[in-house]
Amino acid sequence: MKIIDLVNKLGLEILSGNNGLDRTVSGGYTSDLLSDVIANAEANNIWITLQTHKNVMAIASLKDLSAVILINDNKPEEDTREQSNSEGIPILGTKEKAFEISAKIYELLNNNSKVNL
Amino acid sequence: MLEETISLRYKIAGGDFSNAGYASSQIKKRLQKLNIHQKLIKKIVIALYEAEINVVAHAYNAVIIVNIDNDKICVNIKDNGPGIPDINQAMEKGYSTASSKIREMGFGAGMGLSNIKKNSDKLEIRSKVNEGTEINIINYRIYPRNENN
Repeated sequence: MKIIDLVNKLGLEILSGNNGLDRTVSGGYTSDLLSDVIANAEANNIWITLQTHKNVMAIASLKDLSAVILINDNKPEEDTREQSNSEGIPILGTKEKAFEISAKIYELLNNNSKVNL
Repeated sequence: MLEETISLRYKIAGGDFSNAGYASSQIKKRLQKLNIHQKLIKKIVIALYEAEINVVAHAYNAVIIVNIDNDKICVNIKDNGPGIPDINQAMEKGYSTASSKIREMGFGAGMGLSNIKKNSDKLEIRSKVNEGTEINIINYRIYPRNENN
């Protein structure tokens, strides 16, 4: 599944990194602890978090994550946005809470992989 | 196979959170260009990023040197900083001396050094209070058959 499919199906707001909407997403990781994400997220995961500072993009890039979703209507800081644009890793926004959005993404990815079988 | 050691050198400034991860990112790109095994790059990137954050959060400045040999990749990070009074305590998962500001950013959970250890085949730490800390993160490119990995 592509990031743009998730954006359309879940009504996510595109906050930056429009040039990366074609990236593939294969799973997700929900955490606000950066040491947890750097150690445990996998490449092509979408990262669900409330952290908005620039280090989020450093980790997204180092781990080859496909996109970042900011929950609870959080917005990225300006330098976070800039790095998202230059790396081509989108930052998406939702008013939903981490639990709800994670569940919805899990269901979409799970159903999608069933269809592909 | 490489014929000689390739050495990379980067500087990190303490307190500079906006550029934290830059050195790790540059080193990752170089390792990818050298066709180092993807799994090994992943380990090194995790250890390196955590070490970089430790410098940014606690030290004044540091130099990272990465030596890439035929059989191993050594990452040496030497900082000027407050040093670690009790290394065993610092190694414990969950132990942290990070400020509340750093914790709010999602760092300082006391996972740094334990993440580094988990992602090194061999880890050496030397520290002197009021002088600084030096760590060596060694990862082998070919695992000996008799080692449990």
